[in-house]
Amino acid sequence: MDTIKSTTRPAPSRLSKIRDKISGFFIMMYRVYAFILRFFKEVFVPPYEFKEVLRQCYEVGVRSFTLISLTGFIVGVIFTKQSRPSLTEFGATSWLPSLVSIAIMRALAPLVTALIAAGKVGSSIGAELGSMRVTEQIDAMEVSGTKPFKFLVCTRVIATTITIPILATYTAFIALLGGYLNVSQNEGTSYSAFMEQVFEPLTFIDFYASLIKSLVFGFTIGIVGCYQGYNSTKGTEGVGKAANGAVVTAMFIVFIEEVLIVQMAGWFR
Amino acid sequence: MKKQPSHIDKNNAVISIRNLKKSFADYDVLRGIDLDLYQGENLVVLGRSGTGKSVLIKLVSGLLKPDEGSIEVLGKDVTAISDRELQELRIRIGFSFQNSALYDSMTVRKNLEFPLVRNRKGITRSEINTSVETVLDAVGLSQTINQMPSELSGGQRKRIGIARTLILNPEIMLYDEPTAGLDPITCIEINELINEVQQRFHTSSIIITHDLTCAKMTGDRIAMLLDGQFQRTGTFEEVFDTDDSRVKPFYDYNFIE
Repeated sequence: MDTIKSTTRPAPSRLSKIRDKISGFFIMMYRVYAFILRFFKEVFVPPYEFKEVLRQCYEVGVRSFTLISLTGFIVGVIFTKQSRPSLTEFGATSWLPSLVSIAIMRALAPLVTALIAAGKVGSSIGAELGSMRVTEQIDAMEVSGTKPFKFLVCTRVIATTITIPILATYTAFIALLGGYLNVSQNEGTSYSAFMEQVFEPLTFIDFYASLIKSLVFGFTIGIVGCYQGYNSTKGTEGVGKAANGAVVTAMFIVFIEEVLIVQMAGWFR
Repeated sequence: MKKQPSHIDKNNAVISIRNLKKSFADYDVLRGIDLDLYQGENLVVLGRSGTGKSVLIKLVSGLLKPDEGSIEVLGKDVTAISDRELQELRIRIGFSFQNSALYDSMTVRKNLEFPLVRNRKGITRSEINTSVETVLDAVGLSQTINQMPSELSGGQRKRIGIARTLILNPEIMLYDEPTAGLDPITCIEINELINEVQQRFHTSSIIITHDLTCAKMTGDRIAMLLDGQFQRTGTFEEVFDTDDSRVKPFYDYNFIE
């Protein structure tokens, strides 16, 4: 029987692999930049996908609600409990509500919410879009006259940017509730006295900084999840990598942003 | 089932490809191909895996950009039109994906409604329902309307994928490996469906496959993609009436000679 000549290419050398990795890094940086640019280019152009944005907001909220409620409450209780011995040592137990409120409002609520959302929502977005990419659902959307970037990416990024600040506010409330229950049980502080001390040390800069922080975290989680999923390759392995990459990268960037925003907020205090 | 004679208008090419080149990294997949698809014709593109058959229809639908050459679809050069024009053109092209590419999170009804709702502004609910029922009836799967894609068999998914492309009344159909991974009886059903679509919806189609039964049953003309170029084009008999060692094994394997 006649045979067909194979078209297999030779394996690349180690040097060319290193060269590919270096150039791959810069190409990836450029792609991320282009992805963010494309988001801003497309998000303001009609048609606006209000219905899908609302659906995604609901998805983001529902996906993280239970975990955020539980974690927020535990954070409030534990932080109050752990702070008490140090304050007792200085005879400043009455400052406990103020300390708890500063910690929760300035740092814990936005950060805890962002980390949970990165794990729950970011991974879910990465896996969902990654799976859609490798099973050609995104291509199918494109050839049927729909702009998949707008429908899938813009809506999800807007949803996380809107929803995460709302969730962070909710986390703050739940964490303060946890703190109040602990203080009330140990010090017998009334609800009104606790709330008065909670708001006393807080300034508008704290609220604004927290809000901006949550908005930035929300945008980061959305854009990283979408980037990882939308550019996913290599079948099911790629979907796993997209989900994992969405969580790890988003968490890393969230911590960097936390440091930067805290620094910047400090200049205004 | 024997294929009904097609009404091919050889003076009207709905797709004209000239000197099309595409490479990935340093690998030249398409090396300057020329091709015409005529009005009402079913053209089967055969070739080995990795020879660029799927790349060809992705280039035609604008999912990929060529390195060189022109692709004229329904009178418009896909390589030179704006995004908006490309989006409008795509509505006139149906693309049936190898793995059906049904939206996992939507029911069959939602899958079929999706392109309609997004492309036909002002369409009423009753018009949507009628269109959905018509295409589902055309593919013989009316009973699956409320099922999720995960609940369907491979053949059913293929049919629903084809129904989803038909809902926008495309003038051109692009089938990517329509019978891949299916049992022989389902393959025959899909081949018959492709012919039925051609007759009933008056479409012109490019069918990418390496299933020779599919090629023989559905193709008015066969084009054999070898080494990045169409080396043999003609009827099934013309293409395989050769001792070419690159072509013969296809026939030998499929028809066990």
